[in-house]
Amino acid sequence: MALQSLDIKQRSATTTPSTQVRQTVEIAKLIDVSACIGCKACQVACSEWNDIRDEVGNCHGVYDNPMDLSAKSWTVMRYTEVEQNNKLEWLIRKDGCMHCADPGCLKACPAPGAIIQYSNGIVDFHQENCIGCGYCVTGCPFNVPRISKEDSKAYKCSLCSDRVAVNQAPACAKACPTGAIQFGSKEDMKDYAAKRVTDLKERGYDQAGLYDPQGVGGTHVMYVLHHADKPDLYAGLPANPSISPLVSLWKGVAKPLATLALAGVALGSLFHYVTKGPNEVSKEIEDEIEKEDAK
Amino acid sequence: MIRDPKDLKRYNASERANHWVVGISFILLALSGLAFFHPAFFPLTQLFGGPTWARIIHPYLGVLMALAFIVMFFRFKHLNKMTPADKEWLSKAKNMVDGNDHDMPEQGKYNGGQKVMFWALAVCMLLMMVSGLFIWRAWFGFDITLVRMGAVVHAAAGAVMIGLIMVHVYAAIWVKGTIRAMWYGTVTRAWAKQHHRGWYRQVTGK
Amino acid sequence: MVAKVCGTPKEAFLKVCEYIAETAAPNKTMTNLYALGWTEHSVGSQNIRSMAIIQLLLGNMGMAGGGINALRGHANVQGITDFALYAQNLPGYLAVPSDAEPDLKTFLEKKTPKMLRPGQMNFGQNLPKWYVSLHKAWWGNAATKENGFAYDFMPKLAGASDVLSIFDQMYQGKVHGFLCQGFNPLASVANKKKVSDALSKLKYMVVMDPLATDTSEFWKPHGEFNDVDPSKIPTEVFRLPTTLFAETSGSFTNSGRVIQWRWKAANGPGEAKDDTEIMATLFLKLKDMYAKDGGAYSEPIQKLTWAYRIPTKPSPEELMMEYNGKALADVLDPKDPTKVLVKAGDQLPSFAMLRDDGSTTCGNWIYCGVWSQAGNNSARRDNSDPSGLGQTLNWGFAWPVNRRILYNRASADPSGKPWDPQRTVLKWLGDKWGGNDVPDMRPDAAPEQNVMPFIMTGEGVGRLFAVGLMAEGPFPEHYEPFESPLDNNPMHPKNPKARANPAARVYKGDMEAFGTAKDFPYVGTTYRLTEHFHYWTKQSKINAIMQPEQFVEIGEELAREKGITAGDKVKVRSNRGFIKGVAVVTKRIKALDVDGKKVHTIGIPIHYGFKGATKPGFITNTLTPFVGDANTQTPEYKAFLVNIEKA
Repeated sequence: MALQSLDIKQRSATTTPSTQVRQTVEIAKLIDVSACIGCKACQVACSEWNDIRDEVGNCHGVYDNPMDLSAKSWTVMRYTEVEQNNKLEWLIRKDGCMHCADPGCLKACPAPGAIIQYSNGIVDFHQENCIGCGYCVTGCPFNVPRISKEDSKAYKCSLCSDRVAVNQAPACAKACPTGAIQFGSKEDMKDYAAKRVTDLKERGYDQAGLYDPQGVGGTHVMYVLHHADKPDLYAGLPANPSISPLVSLWKGVAKPLATLALAGVALGSLFHYVTKGPNEVSKEIEDEIEKEDAK
Repeated sequence: MIRDPKDLKRYNASERANHWVVGISFILLALSGLAFFHPAFFPLTQLFGGPTWARIIHPYLGVLMALAFIVMFFRFKHLNKMTPADKEWLSKAKNMVDGNDHDMPEQGKYNGGQKVMFWALAVCMLLMMVSGLFIWRAWFGFDITLVRMGAVVHAAAGAVMIGLIMVHVYAAIWVKGTIRAMWYGTVTRAWAKQHHRGWYRQVTGK
Repeated sequence: MVAKVCGTPKEAFLKVCEYIAETAAPNKTMTNLYALGWTEHSVGSQNIRSMAIIQLLLGNMGMAGGGINALRGHANVQGITDFALYAQNLPGYLAVPSDAEPDLKTFLEKKTPKMLRPGQMNFGQNLPKWYVSLHKAWWGNAATKENGFAYDFMPKLAGASDVLSIFDQMYQGKVHGFLCQGFNPLASVANKKKVSDALSKLKYMVVMDPLATDTSEFWKPHGEFNDVDPSKIPTEVFRLPTTLFAETSGSFTNSGRVIQWRWKAANGPGEAKDDTEIMATLFLKLKDMYAKDGGAYSEPIQKLTWAYRIPTKPSPEELMMEYNGKALADVLDPKDPTKVLVKAGDQLPSFAMLRDDGSTTCGNWIYCGVWSQAGNNSARRDNSDPSGLGQTLNWGFAWPVNRRILYNRASADPSGKPWDPQRTVLKWLGDKWGGNDVPDMRPDAAPEQNVMPFIMTGEGVGRLFAVGLMAEGPFPEHYEPFESPLDNNPMHPKNPKARANPAARVYKGDMEAFGTAKDFPYVGTTYRLTEHFHYWTKQSKINAIMQPEQFVEIGEELAREKGITAGDKVKVRSNRGFIKGVAVVTKRIKALDVDGKKVHTIGIPIHYGFKGATKPGFITNTLTPFVGDANTQTPEYKAFLVNIEKA
């Protein structure tokens, strides 16, 4: 949200490197879906810390509310009732920004410095640089950013970069009553997840595992899933997310190629002119016309 | 304004105005569009009162250009039907580019190259219009795959279109005596006789 | 039989029994945490007593991680109960005198428990010390040995004074004024219609609350959500805004009986005043009026101790010191009368110092020690836990005497060795008891003296069989809820009198308001959501965003039968009224097979009403029956009969 004392590793629409010298610890938030009770304390904490208040909506026949992420709801719980191994399971996934190592939003963003990635892994939106084009939405493999109806700027979870910058855990992790949201170095979170996975396997969840999708270079928000083989069960969590090839084409090779091609046309024209000269009306035809006029 | 009463009328005022509405909106669209396409061009947004204004204005300019283009398209469509002579001209286009236009076949109001340009621009315009709607988030919310395709197509067609217009503008500069046709509507008879002899015969009856 | 009564599949039930039985081993312990799911039944107390018996049999009492524990719905429910929430009790759960005990001597003789086996502690024998010290705290010098320590000043219990009985009396027109403090009875008491009619018979009602509650507008039409005619309601309502817990200092007592001081965080809004200031102002005004105008028996009011620095604003600190109590004269060691244990004027360190001769005061004997000469022990914040058992003895102060685990003598075997040495709570050190807690035992009672752990009973042991203490009988028994889909109690199919709890109290008119399975074939049950707190947070915007609108949960099978899909508006009716809500269709609620019948359950969250930031809604307790547990009179919110249809 705000500029702060975190090293910027990458910024949107910037072709030169950002700070690369200091090595800081890579952080991660680990959401243990198997320990979540769906109380929404994280949603409340997020609202309170970030001073955002969504609309008071309606019940839509489910526990989910607000029904979707918005510029004023940066995290929402998604509730799914499934039957696995003849047992009813209420899968509750806290949805929000995954803070990809290879962020599609940042790749797509045309506004320099509107999206930045800190060296600790947090992908943050700097709304003062945002122009409201929505390319970040186009670029995101998880459908997370939302454009505000009020100011046309993009919003999403900041992983409480302002708290993390001063060594505090994100508000959601702080508020979670069951320890389902853990926060620390990415390495520690992976170790913690490994313990949880072992425990879940002992309890009969053979396919328990960590969700840290490599298609986007890994994420800085990870899940422990009881059914890591079927992430889709958890309200459509993508199994192998990656930046869409269309987005890669658009904001990858197309950019330099098209720029070069246009430069080529411009320069080609110039050199054509100076080498071949202008195409003027020939003296012969001018004379013909003059003759006609003289008659 | 008639410079020489014997000059030939190539475009009337309405056609010229139409062309320049398309032309100006295109230039503004290209400048702002390039700004969103590659960071190197981002400073161009300052021409529009800053990046956010550039983002807001760009699609409305697009609508303006599309409407003006459609009018122009129907005005000139019938003049741009391809004929065997156009094909022959195209097959000899290399000579033309090399500055050797002596044995080019006789051309009507437009030559084969101009007609190809006309249709290529029309196709690009159509692609720009449709893809532009897909990615205009202020008003529309299409399925993410359509939006992504829209982004790719808009960028690609935009780049092609900018290239085509550069060729179009260069051709006008290169072929002396052409630009005045779009400034005040007339060309000299010599110009017409040299570049568009068919049309010259048609309007002069010679 | 259990599967037949409950609908729990036999295998699942046996599996649970197995897990529970495993904890009979010395190194395995189970705790039982219960809340309203157990208490809000006409057999609520018996539910808990059954588990207490099981825990006694398994040896899980007094152990680290054992016991039977109430989970409180609010940070200070334990605290409010300790301070006489129920008018049947005085602070510290002391009995209230009634007309049957005309003087102090008779009262104490009747209420002080007798030793039933020799050598036991029978700690209740100290009642006279606690009771006299309470009178000394309240009436000071006016409480003398000669006047039975002002025994006559204590109001005598006139009869039942639980919430249902009070509203029934109000309903009969026997109550004129109602001071409603931090309470929203229109929403939280059973049978909203009856409560609303009862409030309509008052002359006046004073509502003290931080929020504009539904109750304070019971007279105001809010569409179909509160369909009343104000022209027919004479009740005059006064709203006195109070501060919220964070806007005043004080203490919370949690479910583990740990008293924790808290500090004021913000000023209250607008004209809000602390509850204590309102009560004190009211009291001083009454006292003044009695002095000026006179009145029948004004002495208890005139003589009430009121030694606060600012009489209209008793501070939380002054109150806490008063609860703790102090020595009015030197307290001497009974074994050596030359030794002064507590100097006159000092705060008392523990209830062992209380005396029945009028030399000590104590506003609540179980809190004695919370504010000793050392200061405010509830404000201690040392969270060190040397045993690793969660025994943070220097964090706050637990009643009694900072003991964290009750009956902890039972964590050691008869010879004084811990049952589970890995989790030692108490052990005999040769000359005294020591370990990781304050012993719940006379510190020098050697194991061979055979002083048993359950010090509050006359026999020193836990009671599997309890005579005269429960309304029903010595052993728990199963009864159906008052509204049940079954015609008979499956345990006693031939005895119609044993269908529902025969010891429960049903008022005139309420029996008639019960519905039958013929008209209301489904079981309704009410509960709370994690997003809300009772009827309070519906007034808070963030909570309202999280769950904005009243809903009703039904199983997929019933939804199919009724043609209801998720998101439909539905109407739920009982014989007492109806509510509407949005249908949530879920796999989590399944039809139960009870006594050969298919029984569908309808789950109804309680939190909504016509006042607040949430979408205006109906009050869930429109549906619930006006009957409670036979012992506590906690209403039967967890099982009643309803019907459902698309609205």
